[in-house]
Amino acid sequence: MGSYVLRRVLQMIPVFFGTTLLIFLMVYTLPGDPVSALFGEKAADPAVVASIRHKYFLDQPVWKQYLHYMGNLFQGDFGTSFTGRPVSDIMAGAFPVTIRLALLAFVFEMVLGLALGLVSGLRRGSLQDTLVLILTLVVISIPVFVLAYIAQTVFATNLGWVTPTVQNSYDLSQLILPAVVLGSLSLAYVARLTRTSIGENLRADYMRTAVAKGLPGRTIVLRHLLRNSLIPVITFLGTDLGALMGGAIVTEGIFNVQGVGNVLYRAINTKEGPTVVGIVTVLVIVYLVASLLVDLLYAVLDPRIRYA
Amino acid sequence: MSTAAEAAGREREAPYEGPLLDVRDLHVEFVTRDGVARAVNGVDYSVRAGETLAVLGESGSGKSVTAQAIMGILDTPPARIPRGEIRFRGRDMLKMGKDERRRIRGRRIAMIFQDALSALNPVLSVGFQLGEMFRAHQGASRAEARAKAVELMDRVRIPAAKQRVNDYPHQFSGGMRQRIMIAMALALEPDLIIADEPTTALDVTVQAQVMDLLAELQAEYHMGLILITHDLGVVADVADKIAVMYAGRIVETAPVHDLYARPAHPYTRGLLDSIPRLDQKGQELYAIKGLPPNLLRIPPGCAFNPRCPRAQAVCRGEVPELYPVAEDDGRPLEGRGSACFFWKETLHDR
Amino acid sequence: MPDIHDEGPYEPRPKPGVSRLDYAGEQGMAVEQETLVERDVEKREEARSLWGDAWRDLRRRPIFLVSAVLILLLVVMAVLPWAFTDADPRRADLVHDYLRRPDWGDFFGAGWFGYDAQGRSIFARVVYGARASITVGVFVTAAVTVLGGLTGMVAGYFGGAVDAVISRIIDIFFGIPLLLGSLVLLNAFSTRTVWSVVIALGVLGWTQIARVMRGAVLTVKQSDYVVAGRALGAGTGRLMFRHILPNAIAPVIVVATIALGGYIATEATLSFLGIGLQDPTISWGIDISSAQKVIRTAPYVLFFPAAALSVTVLAFIMLGDAVRDALDPKLR
Repeated sequence: MGSYVLRRVLQMIPVFFGTTLLIFLMVYTLPGDPVSALFGEKAADPAVVASIRHKYFLDQPVWKQYLHYMGNLFQGDFGTSFTGRPVSDIMAGAFPVTIRLALLAFVFEMVLGLALGLVSGLRRGSLQDTLVLILTLVVISIPVFVLAYIAQTVFATNLGWVTPTVQNSYDLSQLILPAVVLGSLSLAYVARLTRTSIGENLRADYMRTAVAKGLPGRTIVLRHLLRNSLIPVITFLGTDLGALMGGAIVTEGIFNVQGVGNVLYRAINTKEGPTVVGIVTVLVIVYLVASLLVDLLYAVLDPRIRYA
Repeated sequence: MSTAAEAAGREREAPYEGPLLDVRDLHVEFVTRDGVARAVNGVDYSVRAGETLAVLGESGSGKSVTAQAIMGILDTPPARIPRGEIRFRGRDMLKMGKDERRRIRGRRIAMIFQDALSALNPVLSVGFQLGEMFRAHQGASRAEARAKAVELMDRVRIPAAKQRVNDYPHQFSGGMRQRIMIAMALALEPDLIIADEPTTALDVTVQAQVMDLLAELQAEYHMGLILITHDLGVVADVADKIAVMYAGRIVETAPVHDLYARPAHPYTRGLLDSIPRLDQKGQELYAIKGLPPNLLRIPPGCAFNPRCPRAQAVCRGEVPELYPVAEDDGRPLEGRGSACFFWKETLHDR
Repeated sequence: MPDIHDEGPYEPRPKPGVSRLDYAGEQGMAVEQETLVERDVEKREEARSLWGDAWRDLRRRPIFLVSAVLILLLVVMAVLPWAFTDADPRRADLVHDYLRRPDWGDFFGAGWFGYDAQGRSIFARVVYGARASITVGVFVTAAVTVLGGLTGMVAGYFGGAVDAVISRIIDIFFGIPLLLGSLVLLNAFSTRTVWSVVIALGVLGWTQIARVMRGAVLTVKQSDYVVAGRALGAGTGRLMFRHILPNAIAPVIVVATIALGGYIATEATLSFLGIGLQDPTISWGIDISSAQKVIRTAPYVLFFPAAALSVTVLAFIMLGDAVRDALDPKLR
């Protein structure tokens, strides 16, 4: 177990540097000059441009820029945005909102997704099963921005339960509707994955053994069926928490949630390199830590991995 | 102590004189997309305490389905039991409530499966899975259950049981896993054990050890044993009597040695002839021609008739019942029956 | 659907059209002695009958038929949009047609689905919008299947250090969310066409297929017929493409089909965000985005492109589901 953890952590290191380098390259080497973008339509004074370029290390080769950035990063410095605001400040304002939104969405998809998956997995071919299958298929097929409009129209415009857009991004109750929209796609996946997994395990030989042992039905389902069936679902859920945070661009935009997605979208459009790299780096760390935790959890849940 | 009370209750119970298990006219069908597959078509057999019945047959003969019907672990649907009785100690289990049925499973009738690796839960330790028997049926505590699991593992001679009780199924060898399956079946000292191909998945050398252990423990506890197999070799050493199944029916019953010496059904004869024999080295191996019937379309008459060297018109028109087999002078042969119109001729066939 | 035959010495070969799914209760019997060569032949027959069985199974599934018909229709629409409508999707008449309501009597006509805020025929735009979506979907899928399939195959086949390096590269690309990464990439293009979107999604999207392919190759590599092929001196290329690929491709096809729907949705999302396709390309995503402003007064402007997009994505996901079920009888 110890060596397994160590191996996974060691594997993470090149992936961390690789992913951050990749995003760094994408932001800083692709065409499009962020400094002249700063000035918009106006022609900029070449001397000013040069000084800004120097200040942000943009006059250096990209590998030096990257090393410099990483050096600062390990001292907790995410750099300064072109507008002069420290990137860590920008993130400190946006991440709490997105974390709340993502956690809400996560709870929603987990609770409802598991419940739907269980109902349909245990009663294959029943009316409930068919309904869950149709519902999840529809949710998977409707792109999230369309779903967001539907939710807005129904719950805000028609029913008047909520305001169409979020007024205060720190108010948890206002985040519920965006969270439901954000989590709906994953909910459909969780439900389908649970259903498939239960269906496979129901047929497993050890389930027949459990029945032959004369165990009560509850014990069979809770201890034998679920324990095995939930392993792939938990794996999915683990990696999804990170994905929810990075995937909130559309939802946050439509509902005007002042989170990471919104900030990132604006930063990409204005070629705010430091902000984009900073946020994506944090998202990559979140993703890496989440997948490490998932792997460890996997090993805890499945002894065949633990002792491999 | 619940275990003490349990043991006392078992002792007070008078030894059951009649057959422990009595299967009568059992039918099992599977509803499939392509029609109704008749897997078991009127099976009768019985087992007494201390007796070993071997059920012999190829795949699709209904031997495993019959066992699962007895155990009550058929998936319904697609399976259904349109007719028949399964009497355990005189009571028809098919008429019992779900809960009563469940309490018999594992405690009074236990089952050993073929592939222990897939039959054991991969994510629970073997000690936990063994201990579950005591916890579910006797309300034992976690610690008690564990202690008993170690005891059981000792009894089936798993080395270093105490150290290995927390190991997982995949950490054991095939033979050791099958011993764990046997231990699980023995846990509550059931009256009857059904072993479904218990050694098929094992290496030949390990097969004998596991089979010996099973036979030994059966004798020790005076249990009934139903041994389901397609392997004539396994049967010879341990069984008292044999029932040969074909297409969901019993085609021949006999005490084990009589069957080997003088089969009374052409199918049994074919099976025996297709065993490779050292003294006939070099000769071509006999094989029963044709294929077992599709259970969706079992041939009319005797199901074996399309493959039978002896088939006559009558075999295609009428289903033979299980006739008592007797010597030429009319002396009945104890325990023998054959579902062949020409059992007499087959018996004499040399 | 259970079949109460199990595999054993006397087992008849499964007849065509009969499901091979074992009834869970019956156990397999003793392993037969076979020579490697025999097994090789048998495996190949099995592979062939896997596709044959799958096709026979598919034809009986209503979900497959529905999705196949829908996809066929969409493809024809993408290739020959003028066969569906006479209306010009770019003709804007703000004076007469500004947000004109749908005219249900105008069957297949310009006014059928109404007009958008620039006075353009929504029906024509829905029909012409299919081309961008289908092109992006098909070409991105082709790109990621080739790119991911090859890398996954090389990683799985050679193993060891090659696998370790490729797997880390896959991890690196996998760490960047598709939508986020393509936003950054596409921002570098000053004018964006269907092809820039294809490149962006292709560069970032290949990892999923690579992982699936790698896993499948790892499994297939251990099969006896591959070992036998190697023992008989088959070269690397021959082993990879004749022995391994045909047996490892099934899960890739399933994942690629379902992903195709996903790429169409991603393209629409990018266009919706204003960083995907641009005018004059006609895209459902752009139309949905511009419908945003009039959603309260004229919901039909949003509804039709949104419905077209959803049905398209749905069709590919259903197709993928049906193919997976047909190829993997265990999941039925």
